[in-house]
Amino acid sequence: MDCDRPSVCAMALATRTDRPPSLIGSVWRSTVGKKAVMAVTGLVMLAYLVAHMLGNLKVFFGAGEFNHYGHWIRTIGEPFLHHMWFLWLTRAALTASVVLHGVAAYQLSRRDLAARPVKYRRTRQRASYATRTMRWGGVILALFIVWHILDLTTLTVNPNAQEGRLYENLVASFGRWYVAVFYIAAMLALGLHIRHGFWSAAQTLGANSPRRDRVLKAAANGLAALLTCGFIAVPLGVMTGVVS
Amino acid sequence: MNLTLRIWRQRTPEDAGAMTTYEVGGISEDMSFLEMLDQLNEELILAGDEPVAFDHDCREGICGACGMVINGRAHGPERTTTCQLHMRHFSDGDTIDVEPWRAAAFPVVKDLVVDRSAFDRVIGSGGYVSVPTGSAPEAHATPVPKPVADLAFEHAECIGCGACVAACPNGSAMLFTSAKVVHLNLLPQGAPERESRVLGMVEAMDDQGFGGCTNTGECATACPKGIPLSSIATMNREYLRASLKGGTRRR
Repeated sequence: MDCDRPSVCAMALATRTDRPPSLIGSVWRSTVGKKAVMAVTGLVMLAYLVAHMLGNLKVFFGAGEFNHYGHWIRTIGEPFLHHMWFLWLTRAALTASVVLHGVAAYQLSRRDLAARPVKYRRTRQRASYATRTMRWGGVILALFIVWHILDLTTLTVNPNAQEGRLYENLVASFGRWYVAVFYIAAMLALGLHIRHGFWSAAQTLGANSPRRDRVLKAAANGLAALLTCGFIAVPLGVMTGVVS
Repeated sequence: MNLTLRIWRQRTPEDAGAMTTYEVGGISEDMSFLEMLDQLNEELILAGDEPVAFDHDCREGICGACGMVINGRAHGPERTTTCQLHMRHFSDGDTIDVEPWRAAAFPVVKDLVVDRSAFDRVIGSGGYVSVPTGSAPEAHATPVPKPVADLAFEHAECIGCGACVAACPNGSAMLFTSAKVVHLNLLPQGAPERESRVLGMVEAMDDQGFGGCTNTGECATACPKGIPLSSIATMNREYLRASLKGGTRRR
């Protein structure tokens, strides 16, 4: 190194002690870290879905109770939080989770496909159906979320579209058979996604061990079945006339 | 035993390569898979043909040199190395497909031989303990509890054959890397480099072009040494712990 001025040289020496790489940067760069981001965001979304599913089941107790529940969601945290702030904080956290989950999945998938450029001539059936459908299942779920928000949140494509009349909007939406069928298909995809995803998250976060493996797999299956059944019950209720 | 073999033939790393069909007869069921290939090669040489190139060394299942995908499965139908696979697991008249390990990080050198030096670079980035060489230390100077020693040994059994990478749909080296990380991080001798080891090895693993883990479990099914899938969970835990501690990446 040229060192005409001693002060410059001293600075160069001082900067030679590398600043340790930032935690977030190094975690996001590595495959293991990116998987951890997917695991955490996946668990955030899973926790939300459990609450969402339980709330949905109130639809079976009539329009009054369901619409009141919808109104209550907008008032959570008052007077500490302003009207609808809790809802918007939840939406922000969910949006961040969906985006991080999707971006990490896309980047990891690109990497995974590049790491195996040549396929075997002779292949055999590998892994479970849930495991093999994680990528396309995720894409289906992403498309479903877009539709779901347009249908029941913004009411853009809802045939009833009355603000605050959640029950009536829901019944009108599932009154279209193809919407109900798409919803049920998406919930089956969700069940498969959670079946592999929950156990996978435990593995990725290092929470799995030979002793816990069976419990975690059972929990993954249980959560998947519970959420799928809980969500599907609503369109089935509308289609059979239990909810009208 | 008469067999039809469809073997991947590729002259050079740049060559396109193709599956080529060979007929072999008079195969004893007591032969190993490599001895069967030896017989094929003798016939090829006598016929003035180029013998099939494949890696092999100890032929007793402990070196990890031999490795090929037989009928779509790394090391074939049995949970063992190719050299320890015997022809009694096949039937007369079978058609057997033989392909090299397929992964971007393991380029084909010739026929069934792949370059696995990416593994060496992963090891070089932390898969060791820095101890002074010299006379052997007193065995009881560093006590290790028996269950820890057993678990470390289970992971030390990895022979670096690459079957995990070959079997993984993502060409991931997670099982290999985790076997080394868990083996050394469990032991007191590996403790001083516990954080830098896992951070360095995961970084090297990514740099070599291996894919990520999607928890399909194919690696642990293919592993001839029975390295368990939980090994990957332990490495993930070690990695996250080291990251949170801000361990030094490079030494």
